[in-house]
Amino acid sequence: MVGLVLVAHSAELVRGLAAMVRQAAPAVPVEGAGGLSHGRLGTSAPDVAAALARALAAGEDGVLVFLDLGSAGMAVELALETLEPGDRRRIRVTDAPIVEGAVHAAIAAAAGDDLDAVVAAADLGGRAPKRPAG
Amino acid sequence: MDAPAVGVRGALGARVVERWLRLAAAAIHEQRDWLTALDAAIGDGDHGINLDRGFAGILADLDDPDRAGARASSGTLLVAAGRRVLGLVGGASGALYGRALIRAGERLGDDAWGVEAAVAGFDAALDAVVSLGHATVGDKTLVDALAPARDALRVAGPGMDLPTALRRAADAAEGGALATVPLVARKGRASYLGERSAGHQDPGAASTAMLVRCLADAAAAEVAGP
Repeated sequence: MVGLVLVAHSAELVRGLAAMVRQAAPAVPVEGAGGLSHGRLGTSAPDVAAALARALAAGEDGVLVFLDLGSAGMAVELALETLEPGDRRRIRVTDAPIVEGAVHAAIAAAAGDDLDAVVAAADLGGRAPKRPAG
Repeated sequence: MDAPAVGVRGALGARVVERWLRLAAAAIHEQRDWLTALDAAIGDGDHGINLDRGFAGILADLDDPDRAGARASSGTLLVAAGRRVLGLVGGASGALYGRALIRAGERLGDDAWGVEAAVAGFDAALDAVVSLGHATVGDKTLVDALAPARDALRVAGPGMDLPTALRRAADAAEGGALATVPLVARKGRASYLGERSAGHQDPGAASTAMLVRCLADAAAAEVAGP
């Protein structure tokens, strides 16, 4: 199954989103890296590297990474540099909105979709209309 | 291992790097609230606090007798400091400064430092920052201070004594940092403000200028003797 990694500035944001993802798709591996030590907001490359390692171990069909803002992308870039090339090839990073994308991706991953299809589900989820059609 | 000899022409070795890290930690601590205020104006208001936390960790490492091995050369000192910054500072500044220190340390290894080696170190740091953050001069980032410092060192050339060359680099970095005031940010959180980011100094450029000034002071102090 494809696993997900959530990278955001806030530990609470990551915890809350992981709970939403698990509710939608309990079997999908979800790891997170949110916030800094002492309750500070921000992203940490070593924390992201650790989350990627856990997700790689749990998600045998690859890992999709979601970002919130700004430095999250840099932290992921640095974390990827520390991995073996073989592991790096099993990871994709998406620009999809983290909440909508992660929930849609998790549902696709739970259905057994491969990494490409999970990436597509995240993109589609990010573009789906939110207001009720009437 | 003895630190390399430091003469007027200047082999800038582990002693200078250690002195630099200590001066930088003191300066960042002293200017913590100012850096944070700069960041609060156009960013997320944590630059001084986060850098101070990182440099406090570097200081603790320098004072830890069990980590003496990490002080063997300028290269290992810089790499160890960069890892601390990555782990403790966090955010964009942690990623950029951490990577810059690590790459500079890897480039320098245990070579003694003169102006030529300083240019190589600044080249490595600038490459590390630009390849990660994709900022160019004028984007209102720390590149606006780091690039002019590197350029000033290049102009100084290997014939100039190191403290003088680094003083010129520090002057250039401070000029570059002040020149970010009227700019509209094109990278980082400040870019979310668009035109409203003009009129404020970029906090990353400001802290870079402080760090380069501390390096110049460290080199000058080593030459002058204890």
